Amino acid sequence: MARKPGGVPGGGKALWRALGYLKRYRADAFGAVAALVLASAASLAAPQMIRLAIDGGLGKRRFHVVLVAVGGLVAIAIARGLLNFLRGYLAEKASQGVAFDLRGALYERIQRLSFSYYDQAQTGQLLTRLTNDVEQVRMFVGTGVIQLVAAIVMLVGAAALLVLLNPPLAVVALVAIAPIYLLIRAFVARVGPLFMRVQATLSKLFSVLQEDLQGLKVVRAFRGEAREAARYGRENEELLGLNLHLVTAISRNFPYVNFFANLGTLAVVGFGGYEILHQHLTLGELLAFNSYLAFLLMPVMTLGFIASLISRAGVSGVRVFELLDTPIELTDAPDAVPLPPLQGRVEFDDVRFRYAGAEKEILRGVSFTAAPGQTVALLGTTGSGKSTITNLIPRFYDVTGGAVRLDGFDVRQVTQASLRGQIGVVLQEALLFSGTVRDNIAYGRPAATLDEVREAARAAQAASFIEGLPQGYDTVVGERGVGLSGGQRQRIAIARALLTRPRLLILDDSTSAVDAQTEAALQAALDRLVKTMSCTAFVIAQRISTVRDADLILVLDDGRIAAQGRHEELLATSELYHEILSSQLRSGTKKNAA
Amino acid sequence: MSRRPGSIQAMAAMIEEQPQDRGRVLRRLVGELKPFRRAIAVGLALVVVTSVAQGVAPWVISRAIDRDIVGHRSLTGLGWSMLALFAIYAVRSLAQQAQTLSISGSGQRMLAGLRQKLFEQMQRLPLGYFDRHPVGDLMSRVVSDVGTLNQFLSQGLSQLVGAVFSLAGILLAMLLLNARLALVCFTLVPVMLLTTAVFAARARTAFRKTRETVGEVTADLQEGIVGIREARAFNRTDLNLERFRARNAANRDANVAAVGITSAFSPALDVLSTLATALVIGYGGWLAWNRQLSIGLLVAFLIYVQEFFRPVQIAASIYTLMQSAFAGSERIYAILDETPEPLDESGAVELGSVAGRITFDHVVFAYDEGRPVLRDLSFDLAPGKLVAVVGRTGAGKTTIASLIPRFYDVASGAVRLDGRDVRGVQRESLRRQLAIVPQEPFLFAGTLADNIAYGQPGATRDEVEAAARTVGIHGFIAGLARGYDTVIGEAGGTLSHGQRQLVAFARAVLADPRILILDEATSNVDTRTEALIQEALATLLAGRTSLVIAHRLSTIRHADVILVIDHGRLVEQGAHDELLEAGGLYAELVRKQFREAPATQALVAPA
Repeated sequence: MARKPGGVPGGGKALWRALGYLKRYRADAFGAVAALVLASAASLAAPQMIRLAIDGGLGKRRFHVVLVAVGGLVAIAIARGLLNFLRGYLAEKASQGVAFDLRGALYERIQRLSFSYYDQAQTGQLLTRLTNDVEQVRMFVGTGVIQLVAAIVMLVGAAALLVLLNPPLAVVALVAIAPIYLLIRAFVARVGPLFMRVQATLSKLFSVLQEDLQGLKVVRAFRGEAREAARYGRENEELLGLNLHLVTAISRNFPYVNFFANLGTLAVVGFGGYEILHQHLTLGELLAFNSYLAFLLMPVMTLGFIASLISRAGVSGVRVFELLDTPIELTDAPDAVPLPPLQGRVEFDDVRFRYAGAEKEILRGVSFTAAPGQTVALLGTTGSGKSTITNLIPRFYDVTGGAVRLDGFDVRQVTQASLRGQIGVVLQEALLFSGTVRDNIAYGRPAATLDEVREAARAAQAASFIEGLPQGYDTVVGERGVGLSGGQRQRIAIARALLTRPRLLILDDSTSAVDAQTEAALQAALDRLVKTMSCTAFVIAQRISTVRDADLILVLDDGRIAAQGRHEELLATSELYHEILSSQLRSGTKKNAA
Repeated sequence: MSRRPGSIQAMAAMIEEQPQDRGRVLRRLVGELKPFRRAIAVGLALVVVTSVAQGVAPWVISRAIDRDIVGHRSLTGLGWSMLALFAIYAVRSLAQQAQTLSISGSGQRMLAGLRQKLFEQMQRLPLGYFDRHPVGDLMSRVVSDVGTLNQFLSQGLSQLVGAVFSLAGILLAMLLLNARLALVCFTLVPVMLLTTAVFAARARTAFRKTRETVGEVTADLQEGIVGIREARAFNRTDLNLERFRARNAANRDANVAAVGITSAFSPALDVLSTLATALVIGYGGWLAWNRQLSIGLLVAFLIYVQEFFRPVQIAASIYTLMQSAFAGSERIYAILDETPEPLDESGAVELGSVAGRITFDHVVFAYDEGRPVLRDLSFDLAPGKLVAVVGRTGAGKTTIASLIPRFYDVASGAVRLDGRDVRGVQRESLRRQLAIVPQEPFLFAGTLADNIAYGQPGATRDEVEAAARTVGIHGFIAGLARGYDTVIGEAGGTLSHGQRQLVAFARAVLADPRILILDEATSNVDTRTEALIQEALATLLAGRTSLVIAHRLSTIRHADVILVIDHGRLVEQGAHDELLEAGGLYAELVRKQFREAPATQALVAPA
C-alpha cells in the first residue's frame, strides 16, 4: 500500500525516505505503535468485564462479582487512558522530531546552495517547502503511519481470525469488500496529481504574497494594491478550484469505502441467514462472526480516510526531497587546503564568466594583478561587469574560464571558510537583520566585544549617529532598518565588514547613499585602516573622489578591461577614462575652482 | 529560553497581541460561514439523514435475525430485509457524499475568502505596521495559521457535527428508557465539562505558543533566505544554522508540550466514560438486584452509555486540531483587526492634474515617537522646477520623499500639492500624480516589460520601449535573447544593481507623472549613463516638477533649486552658484567631493 501512494512519480520513494527519518526516534515510534496495540487489546477486555458483571454477577446474584467487574473496568480504563496518552504523546514527539530534522536539513541546504540558485529561486517557493510541505510529511509520519500500521495489523489479524472462524462466511465478506481496494487505488491515482497542483499553486500564492510584502512601497507608490489583490486573487481562486476538486474526489471516495464495508455486513447476514435456514450455521455462530467482522471493517474505513493523507504526504515528500537533493554547486575540492593568512595579492588570469542561464558572457577574458596592500578601483558603465569581478574573489560563483588566484592559490583549491573568513565584503544593498545595531555590526564576528564594535563603527563613520539613537548600540532595527537612512545602513554594513579584520576588503558601490562629507571622512579612515592593516581593497564607486587615489584603476568596458593604471596615467592614455571623468566634472569643477 | 534583546523573540514580544476572547473568535468564525448558510443547512440536514441511516441499519439487521431467520424462517423475507438494508446503505453513502461536498466545500470557500481578506487587509495597513512586523511572521499567518483552520475544517468539522447530533439522540433515548438511571449518569456531565474547561485553558496557552513559535521559525527562514549573500560572505552559515536550530527546537517543543495536554484530554474523558459505565453497572445492577430494572434494559443502557461517550471521544480526538485552529484564528484576526491606513477623509476630493507646486508647511515627523526626523520643516517649490534635496546621511531626505505621496502622515504641519493638503485628497488620485524611484530598486518576478509597465499596465510595447530608451537601458534589453520578454527573478536575477535601478527608473518614466521623485535613483549607475539620462529627461520632464535626492554633484548641479537639509530642518536654499558663494554647508559638501579637483580641471574643462 505504501509503495505506491501519492499517484505521483517518486511519491512512494519519498515517503520511505521520510520514514527513514523516524530511525532516530524509533523508540518513540515503536512506543506509540505498541501503546496503540495494547490500548486496542484493553478495549477488547472491557466487554468481558461487562459480561462478567451481568452473567456472573447479576445472573447468579453474586453482588461482589459485580463490584470486581466494576473495579476491573475502572482499572482497564485507567490503563487504556495511560496507553492512549502515551500513543498521542510519543507519536507527536517522534513526528515533531522528524519535522525538526527535515526542516533543519532543508535550512542547511538552503544556506549552502550556491548564489546562482538564488538568482533564480523565489523566496515564497522555498518558504512553502520548509513550512507547509514539511508539515504534510510530518502529519503522515505522526498520525498516518501509526494509523496505517495499526490498520494493517488489525486488518490481517481480523481477516485471519474470520477465516479460522468460518471460511465460507469469511470469503463472502472479503469478496464483498474487495472493491474497496480498487476504489482506494483509483482515488490515489486521481488525487496524487491534484495534490501536486495544490502544493504548486500554494507556492505560487505565497510567492505573490512574499513579493507584495517585500515590494510594498513600490506597490503603494504605483497604486498597484488592487492589481496585486487581483493577481493574488487569481492564484487564490485557482487554489480554491483545486481544493474543491479534492473535496469532490474525497466525497466520492470514503462514503463508498464505507458502503462496501457495510456491504460486507450485509453479505454476512444475508448469506449467514441463508445458511442458517439451510441448517449449516447456528445463530450464535453468525452473531459471533458478525461482531468480529467489525474488527475487519474498522481498519478498512480508516484506510479510506488516511489514503488522502498519504497521497498528500507523498507529494510534499517529493517536493521536500527535491530541494534537499539540489546539488551544492560550489563545494570545497576534496583536496582543498585552508588558505594561509593572506598577503593580499589578487590575480585574474584570463577570467571568463557567464551567469547560469544567461546567454551573454559578462566577463570576456579579464586579466590583472593587484599587489598586496594596493587599493584597486573598478570603473565602468552599468552592467560592464564590476560587481561580477568582486563576486568572483570570495568565490560566490565559479569562473567559466581562466582562474582567480589569491597569493597564487586558485580560489577553487582552498576551503571556502578560510577564503571568506579573510575577505570583508560590503554588498551593494545594505541588508540589515532584525536585531540590535550591535548584532548587525557583529554579524561576521558575533563574539566581538562592544569596544571592538564601537571601533569598527567609528572607522565606518557610523559611531556618531549610532550613539544618537535612543538605545545606542542596543537599538533594535527591523529587517527594513526602520528609521535608518540608506546611507546609515550602508555605514553599518561597512562597519560589519571592518569588524572581521579582513585581509582583503571589497566595497561594492557601498557608499553611494552616503553624503560627500561623510564619504570623505570614511575614505580617510579607510585609507588609514588599509595602510595600517596593509590590506588589499577593491572599490567599486561611481564618484571620482573615491577612485582617484587608488593604486590601480581598472576601467571596464563590456566585460573587458579597457585600460588600467593610476589616475595620472589613465588621464594621459585612456579616452574612456577621460570621458567618464568629464561626465562627472563638467561645469561643476569650474565653479569649484572659482 | 532566554530572550536576547533585539532577537526576533524580543521583536515579537514588543508586538505581542492581546489574547482574544475565545467565544468571540468562535462567533466570528461562524460569521465567516454565513455566506454559505444555505449549503451548510443542507449539509446539516444530510448529517441527520446519515445519522438516522446509521441508527436504522442495526435495527433492520436485528429485525432480520429475529423475524426472518429465527422467527418466520423465510428466505423471501430475508431477501427483502437485505434489499432494504442495501437501500439504507446506499442512501447513507449518497448523503455522506453530498454532505462532504456541501460542508467541506463551504469550508474551502470560507478559507479562500479569509486568505483574500488577509491579503487585502495587508494592502491597506499603514506602512508603519510593516516596519514593526517581520515579513516572515506575516506570511506565516497566511500560510500556517490559515492552514490550521483548513485542517480543522477538512478533517474535524463533519465529524464534530455528526458527533453532536448523535449525542443529542442518545441523551433523548436514555431519558426515555429510564429517567432515574439516566440522571445518575448525567451527574458525570458537570465533571466532564469541568475537565474540558481545565484542559481548554491549558491547551489555549500551549497552542498560542505553537503558533507564535512557528511565526518565529518562518521569520527566521525568510530572513535566512533573503540574507543568504551576507551569510555566505561573512561565514555565518554555521551560526545561522545554530540559531535556526534553536527556533526550530522551540517550535518542536511547544508542539510536543501542547499535544501532551490534548493527548491527556482524550484518556481523561475515557476514564470518565468508564466511570459512567461502572456507575450504570453499579447503580443499575443494584436496581436490577431489587428487580426494579430488567437485565435486558440494563444491557441496552450499557450500550447507550458507551455510545454516549463515543461522540465525546471523537470530539476529544479532534481537540488538537480544534485548539490549534483557534490559536491560528486569533493570529488571523489580530491582523484583520489592525486599523488600516485611515480611509480617505469623507470630504476628500479627487486630485486632478496638478501643476506641481510642493509646499511643506512647518512639518514635524517622527517614525518613533520622541525621535523626530523632520523638525519644523518649511519650503515652497514652484511648479515645473527641478529640485535637488541634499544633506548629510540621515538628515531626513528620504522622509521628505515619503511624505509627498502620503506614505506616512505628518505629526503636525502640512504637506500641500498645488496648495491642497495631501490629507484632503483621495490617496489614489494623489499617487497617480507622482512617480517614485526608490533607493533600493524592487523588481517583481515577471518579464522586464511587465516591470517597466507596473504603473501603467495598459502600456503598449512601444511606450515601454520609449521609457527604456529614455533611461538608456533599451540597448541592453534589446540585446537579450528574449528582449523585453526576458523573465527575471524576484531579486532581479542577474541584472546588475545599476541595471535594476534603470528598470525602476523606466517604470517611473512610463507612469508619466506630474511630479517625479528620484530617491538616489541613479546612485549605482555610472556617470556617463547618468549624463545621457539627464539629457533625455530634460525634454521629457519639461514643465513637470521633479524632486531629486542625490549626493553626486553631477546629479544635482543642474537643479533649479537646491534644498539643503540638516537635522530635519532646511538650512539653505538656492541655486548651485548662489549656495557655493554663500559658503555654507552645501559649499562644504561640494568641496569634500571635489577635494583636489583643480588638478584635473585643467584637463577636463574644455569638454
